[in-house]
This record gives sequence, C-alpha cells and structure tokens, in this order.
Amino acid sequence: MSMAIPVRKFDAVIVGAGGAGLRAALQLSEAGLKTAVLSKVFPTRSHTVAAQGGVSASLGNSEPDHWHWHMYDTVKGSDWLGDQDAIEFMCREAPNVVVELEHFGMPFDRNADGTIYQRPFGGHMSNFGEKPVRRACAAADRTGHAMLHALYQRNVRANTQFFVEWMALDLVRDAEGNVQGVVAMEMETSEIYVFQAKATLFATGGAGRIYASSTNAFINTGDGLGMAARAGIPLEDMEFWQFHPTGVAGAGVLITEGVRGEGGILRNAQGERFMERYAPNAKDLASRDVVSRAMVTEINEGRGCGPNKDHVLLDITHLDPEVIMSKLPGIREISIKFAGVDPIKAPIPVVPTCHYQMGGIPTNYKGEVVVDGNTVKGFYAAGEVACASVHGANRLGTNSLLDLLVFGKSSGNSMIDFIKTAPKDLPELHKADVERSVARVERLNNQKNGSNVHEARDAMQRTMQAHCGVFRFKDMLAKGVEKILEVEKMVQTTEIADKSKTFNTARIEALELENLIEVAKATMISANARTESRGAHVRDDAADTPENPNGRDDQNWLKHTLWHRDGNRLDYKAVNMKPLTVETIALKTRSY
Amino acid sequence: MDDIHLKRLVWRSRRGLLELDLQLERFVAEVLPTLSAADLAEYEAVLLLPDNDFLDYLNGKADCPDARLKPMLERIRAAQH
Repeated sequence: MSMAIPVRKFDAVIVGAGGAGLRAALQLSEAGLKTAVLSKVFPTRSHTVAAQGGVSASLGNSEPDHWHWHMYDTVKGSDWLGDQDAIEFMCREAPNVVVELEHFGMPFDRNADGTIYQRPFGGHMSNFGEKPVRRACAAADRTGHAMLHALYQRNVRANTQFFVEWMALDLVRDAEGNVQGVVAMEMETSEIYVFQAKATLFATGGAGRIYASSTNAFINTGDGLGMAARAGIPLEDMEFWQFHPTGVAGAGVLITEGVRGEGGILRNAQGERFMERYAPNAKDLASRDVVSRAMVTEINEGRGCGPNKDHVLLDITHLDPEVIMSKLPGIREISIKFAGVDPIKAPIPVVPTCHYQMGGIPTNYKGEVVVDGNTVKGFYAAGEVACASVHGANRLGTNSLLDLLVFGKSSGNSMIDFIKTAPKDLPELHKADVERSVARVERLNNQKNGSNVHEARDAMQRTMQAHCGVFRFKDMLAKGVEKILEVEKMVQTTEIADKSKTFNTARIEALELENLIEVAKATMISANARTESRGAHVRDDAADTPENPNGRDDQNWLKHTLWHRDGNRLDYKAVNMKPLTVETIALKTRSY
Repeated sequence: MDDIHLKRLVWRSRRGLLELDLQLERFVAEVLPTLSAADLAEYEAVLLLPDNDFLDYLNGKADCPDARLKPMLERIRAAQH
C-alpha cells in the first residue's frame, strides 16, 4: 500500500503558515535551502491574523526600557514556570526581530520622529515591576494581519514553495526516532504523499477548539500536537490555558471587559447579582480571575442559565440605549449575531472562554524538540504549538507574536545548521510510520456503525469546558479524566457518510478531531495531577496559605508536566531557573 | 459550477478569524446550496478578501470599495439572524 505513496523531497518541510512557520521558512529559503510549507488554508488566513494587541520589544522609543525588565515581567507573568534561559533569549532578541520585521515592510505605527510608536499594555513594567512602560509595537489593530502579509510576500520573493490546502497527517520517524518528514493529504484529491526532508518544523498553532467556548478559529485543531503525541513525543504543561471571562456562550466571540466597566452586571439563573457575594466592594469590576472563578462556581453549584445550566448572563438592559450605542459599539451587533439577543432588551449569555495554549511540544530556545534531555534529530517546533517554555503558567500580553518571530527565526537557524551537516542524500524512508498513517485514514474511510464526528466533538468540548475550564475542582477533574477517555473511544470509531475525494470537509474534520482528542486527554490528565494553583491553572482545593500564597506550591510543583500518550503516563522535568547571562529571577509571590 | 468547485468554496469558508467562521458556517449551511452558478462566482470573489476587511464589511464597520462584492456581502449579513 504505502509502496505506492509518492515521496516529495526537500531540505526542510514546515507544517503551518502562520507567523512562526513563515518566519522560519524565510530564514531557510533566504539561505538557499529547498523549503516546503504546508498549510490547511491560505497563509494570510492563518489564525495569527486574529492578533490585534501588538508585539513587545524593549526598543525604548518613548521612554527608557531594557530587555532585562521585559524578562522580569515575563518570568513573573509565567508564575515562575517559564524557563529563564528561553525567556532571556526571547527578550534580548525582541528588538532585533521587530526591527527586522520593519525592514521586511511591516507598517508599524510611528512616532513623529519616524521611530516605531510604542504603547502601554497590561503587565509591561519598567525597572523590575516598578511602573508601567510603553513596550508594545502595533500596526493599528491589525498587527497579526500586517505581520502575515509582510512575511508571506517576503517568502514568495525567496522562493519558498507553498502547498496550500494540504493537511499534514503524521510525523515520520526512523527506527532510531530521527524525524524524516511528514505524511500529508492534498485536500483537492485526498491523495496522500510523503514530504521527506532533512529537517521538519511544526508551526501548527494551538488547539483552543478542545473547549466548547473558545476564541480560536475553527482551524485551530492542534494538528501538530496530535501528530507529535502519536509519534511518541510527550506534550509539556498542557494544563495551562489562558481564558477570558466573558465570551458569548456557544460562540466564543469576546464581549469586552469594558461592558462591565460601563455598568454591566453578571446574573445567575435566579437573576441574582452574584458578584456581590464574591467581591463585595469591586463586585462586577473585580479582576479577571475573581470574575471567572465566581462565574464557574455559580455554574457548578447549579445556578447556571439555559437548558444546560452552562452559562451566566451579562445584563446591560438597565443602561441607557444611547450609552450602549455610543460607549459599547459593536457589542449590540455581536450579541444579536452570535447570541441571538438584543442586549438592550435581554441579557447576553456569557461563559469563560479559552483563548491561548501555554503548553505544547517541548523545545529549547533554539526550537529543537527535546525529549528526555536529548534533541530529537531533525525535529523542530515554534509558536503556540511549542513549549520553549517562555509563557510558563501564563502568558504576558503581546508575547505571543514575539514568540512567533523569535522562535520562528531561531528554529530556522537551527534547521539550517542541521541541514548543512546532514548527509547530502536523504536516507531511505522508514515505512512503518507511513503505513500507520495510511491505515488511520483507511480505518476512517471503512468504518461501519461508527460514531458521529460532530457528536464526538461536542462531547469532548462540553467535557473539557465543564471539567477543566478556567477554575478547577478536584472531583470534577477526576470525573473529567474518566469522561474524556470515554469520548476517546467515540473518536476511535468515527464514521463519515461522505466518502468523496475532493475537498471532503467531513473527512478533514474527522482527522482534526483525532488531533484534538490527544490535546484534550493531555490537558485533563495533566490538570488532574497538578494539585496546586499556578498561573492559569487554578484549583478550588489548592488553598491560599502563608506557605503557599495563592495556592502555589513551589516545594512540590515548580516543575514542567510531560504527558505521554502511551498509557497516559506523566513525568516531570525541572524548570530551568538559570538564565543565559544574568542572575536568576528569584521566586516571589505573584501579585499585580 | 461543478461539485468540486462547490466543495472547495465550503472549505475556503474556513478563515483565520472566529467571527468569520461563525458567520460563514451559517451561510454555507443555509444559503450556499441554493446559489446559482453566477452567485457562486460572486461568493468565490468575496472569499478572496483579507479576513480583517471581510469582517469589517460584514459588521458594517467599513464600506467595501468594490461594488460588485456588495450584494453577496449583504446576503451573508442577511443569513445572520
């Protein structure tokens, strides 16, 4: 069977054409290497396009700034789970990659003197947490979009070969575990090819679609994570996901926190303004964490709204419609479109909503994938799919675009070095992984009396949302592990009615679900095991005590989780507390 | 317009922005199967818009400078109810 699978050969193959994939591809193509980039969608429609906030760099264009202060903010934001060597590397490189991007044609907002304009952003401070500093560089509210366009055009000029509307299916490793490339499917024909290369990079983005409520686009199905897990690569720190308190229930579109600032009130099924109980002074204006926890507690205790009692209500019906129209533009339209309610007349159903994945494929700051202390030869990862780890337990705003640029470039450079020392001719292709991948697609094509893809996906998303959301409970997590393993059985027997070969979206969605379920299991099992609260992983049973402020238990849990697909085994590795050139940023209680 | 073409348009309705995914999901489910060949060609042209512009036009935040695309943008808007 696989004997007939055609093989395409390159120096480098990159899966994913968002910011990280494009930045890496540029490095490789400009070095004259034959580089293929595979993407499910046209590159400029990658999810990087959704990034609005900006990219941080201590350029100091508006006031004094220093990479060391940026590093401090990032370590603190990570709740000390970030690796300090990688964080130092990223913050030191930031000014270089931003100026480089400017030279690639990125239309940054500018000061009168022509330098890049920098604006303040939450968590960006000068002098080691002393006072706010302007560090975020942006291109209006389209920073991600502008970045993709600049990088894509530059890649076209450098002769990067794009394979658009291709889906990578599986990693190919030889008997020693070295990576040889990927198996991929052309969507137009459903034909399967092997892309063999000396070096392979995963830049496939995050997997926010494991949750029922997510801001992520539909394409964010964790394909790189699924492929890595099936190939025996562990996934790191998957219990850490960033949530936003108020997304439209069932849709995920965010309702800005400005709505509560203008007087919006959160209510439970009894119509009660429940924030009065949780934060008697700040009430609905309490911090993100406090509001999210209160919402989840109301839902868990049976006071949620709707037929499934799975959300709460954000009420602005008492506000003057004029205020809604003038001060909250767009909110009325979002609510009508995505919740089906006019907020002038009825409250908006909202729920804490998943936004960003901190964990991923374990790498070092060079983008090399590291397992058991050794690099996996020929395998690299960068961007949201990777865990370098610079975000640790929580990500600092505007560090996501920076991550794409810095680690896209560094992994590209590592790949160039590796390719230069590799034998000129590609080795013989190891067939076992190719055969397994083809068999996986054939199982799906031939499945009889199987489960429905949408039902299985819904079951996964509802389980993750209810059992492993923004605020976590011991019993719910334990039950969640059982439930997600049940859902996995459904995913293993999915059946599709449409067996056609051209642009078969049903087949693609079934294959995407096989990737999502790996991420869901990793998340649930890792979260269940980590019995402390740290950063974005917050547990009801991890008490705030003098020894463990905010429930963070450095004695036992200052370590990275590694989930192995085989047997759902967990092991742990130390956080790298040693920066490259400066002193360790010592442990401290995280407060803002 | 053949079946392959139609199915390609369904896939290309997957975008980089969630707000577009959600609106096009409804349009694809409810309206796309009823479109004529000429309409489908218009929809194909709309799908070439950059995501941010596309969303701004659908949300009425900006006016699409290409008058030929406006009727289809209006139909996508009308499918959101």
